[in-house]
Amino acid sequence: MSLKPFTTLSGPAAFLPEDNVDTDIIFPARFLLITAREGLGTYAFHDRRFLPDGTEIPDFPLNRPQVRGAPILVTGANFGSGSSREHAVWSMADIGIRCIIAQSYSEIFHGNCFRNGVLPITLPADKVAALGAAAAAGIAFHIDLPAQTILAGGLSLDFEIDPERKQALLNGWDETAMLLATQGDAITAFETAQRQTQPWLYESEPAQ
Amino acid sequence: MKTLYDKLWESHCVADLGNGEALIYIDRQLVHEVSSPQAFAAMRAAHRRLRRPETHLAVADHAVPTRQRSSIDDPLARSQVAELERNAADFNVPYLALQGEGQGIVHVIGPEQGLTLPGITIVCGDSHTTTHGAFGALAFGIGSTESSTVMAAQCLKQKKAKRMRVNVTGSLGPHVSAKDIALAFIARIGALGAVGYAVEYSGPAIRALSMAGRMTLCKMTIEAGSRIGLVAPDDTSFAFVEGRRLAPKGAQWEAARAWWRTLPTDEGAVFDREVDIDLADIEPQVSWGTTPDEVAPITGRVPDPALIPDEARRASAEKAIRYMGLTPGQKLTDIAITHVFIGSCTNSRIEDLRAAAEIVRNRHVAAGVKAIVVPGSAATRAQAESEGLDRIFTEAGFEWRFAGCSMCVGMNDDRMRPGERSASTSNRNFEGRQGPGARTHLMSPVMAAAAGIAGHLTDVRDLTSIDVRTLA
Repeated sequence: MSLKPFTTLSGPAAFLPEDNVDTDIIFPARFLLITAREGLGTYAFHDRRFLPDGTEIPDFPLNRPQVRGAPILVTGANFGSGSSREHAVWSMADIGIRCIIAQSYSEIFHGNCFRNGVLPITLPADKVAALGAAAAAGIAFHIDLPAQTILAGGLSLDFEIDPERKQALLNGWDETAMLLATQGDAITAFETAQRQTQPWLYESEPAQ
Repeated sequence: MKTLYDKLWESHCVADLGNGEALIYIDRQLVHEVSSPQAFAAMRAAHRRLRRPETHLAVADHAVPTRQRSSIDDPLARSQVAELERNAADFNVPYLALQGEGQGIVHVIGPEQGLTLPGITIVCGDSHTTTHGAFGALAFGIGSTESSTVMAAQCLKQKKAKRMRVNVTGSLGPHVSAKDIALAFIARIGALGAVGYAVEYSGPAIRALSMAGRMTLCKMTIEAGSRIGLVAPDDTSFAFVEGRRLAPKGAQWEAARAWWRTLPTDEGAVFDREVDIDLADIEPQVSWGTTPDEVAPITGRVPDPALIPDEARRASAEKAIRYMGLTPGQKLTDIAITHVFIGSCTNSRIEDLRAAAEIVRNRHVAAGVKAIVVPGSAATRAQAESEGLDRIFTEAGFEWRFAGCSMCVGMNDDRMRPGERSASTSNRNFEGRQGPGARTHLMSPVMAAAAGIAGHLTDVRDLTSIDVRTLA
């Protein structure tokens, strides 16, 4: 499966000024019974967006009419911590979020973003705060991945990104297909060597 | 001079990709019903086959009912487990049946089956995969897309982590366990303290820990932000592995053990960060907040956010205290509970159940407290029953359940209602983790058992010392 390439992105940004937003907040566990990965947007931030009776909680930042469907989320430190559930990214992408700006992320969540065409930008706390203020003021953002810049009103900020991950996002590359196409021989060579040095990993195969 | 982590990394490096990244070979993958459906779907969509299906092991644990094993009443859970069974059959992946004696939480059955071995790389679409590092295996949690990559290519692109060593000295006081070491460590370095590091636990106190204790400790490493917790393999690990169903046998066993003995960190190897922990300083720990670093000794109090200098931690504490319905300065032992959960991949092994049973023996759960014990595996359940632990628990008013993730993840009907509060041996005290609006206090099995008896958080050492006096 190839991904939708990511080049530039423009639009409003939602601001969730909170640290340690874990994947249980982003995608509550009881919805993990759903085995499809499409159409999960209903459950994104579910218990923050909705009261138990299903009515919306107007105070929750993502429920503000101005940022409904916003492609960008500005938030605090350690975003996406906890469970590795990729549903967190799938559900956010399904409500239209394609770029997250935060001070830090959990490692698993960060990797999951790239594998789903979502750009997680890491910036120091003061810059995140400035962008958060801009987002709250309703200023439109413009993200330019090739140039690695964020424009928001009078703010113009550069961001860092791993060059290989940048290329993968720009081209919508699928990591598995890339590995199979470019590393097949190396994988076979590794297995041949490992079978010699650690034969027990091959001879005591798990049985049915 | 190399660390254990360096050796595991280098021995699995398929290709150096530069920039600190490598293509890492994955020896084993554990597969469960929640994170695998989308991975198998991706395989189908791309018309791919598993490269080495026999290196995977599938089991249902997250969504399964724990009250009984004859049927799954929830239609969504039933179809999720059925989908796992179908996928395992279609792709030739070994599967441990729900009603079988091999079933259990992935991180409990991996070691139990001998799938988890020293010196291997092992992954699972589950963040708690850190558990298997206890054997000196490079073990880490991954997402569903990566899970599919492992199925197809048996490899993952990884960035090499920095190295942290946690030197643990001294000996554990009465009723203090690996869970308390873990919680105290996380409280000290913070929920982000180990991000980007592979953490190796070492020192005489670690050598003295059982495999169950090492697994608890390594499991909790993810709650400090690290994907990798490690303990060097030694005679304790070999004794655990030897004879397991999937462990090497005979001459292969001898060869494997000789290889594994070369894995421990070389004397003089350099770490990027060293942390020292003296067990003499560690009391039974409980969490009071909603992140796993919001923890204090049971002798302490709920902190006053006004006194926390760091702005971010103060804001987090304020939010947590509000969510948890606590008062700044309140004594932790004054916090009343409604539920006790003894279980999860962190604390559901036979040693955990024995320790908890010892506390509740000849006592009874306080009025109004619902207490459940959920063994980590069918084999653990059977072992406990052969020792009579089930009767000790049920006579004390605990429910004795079938194996699964249960109230740690709250995907089945084992969850709390808004405002209810648990003493829980699980690993995450996040908002809503055990049900919307539910409040979780993390602690060790003996502390959770003691809380159940008292009806509020309590120092297990007081409970047992009162008893000693009574008997005298």
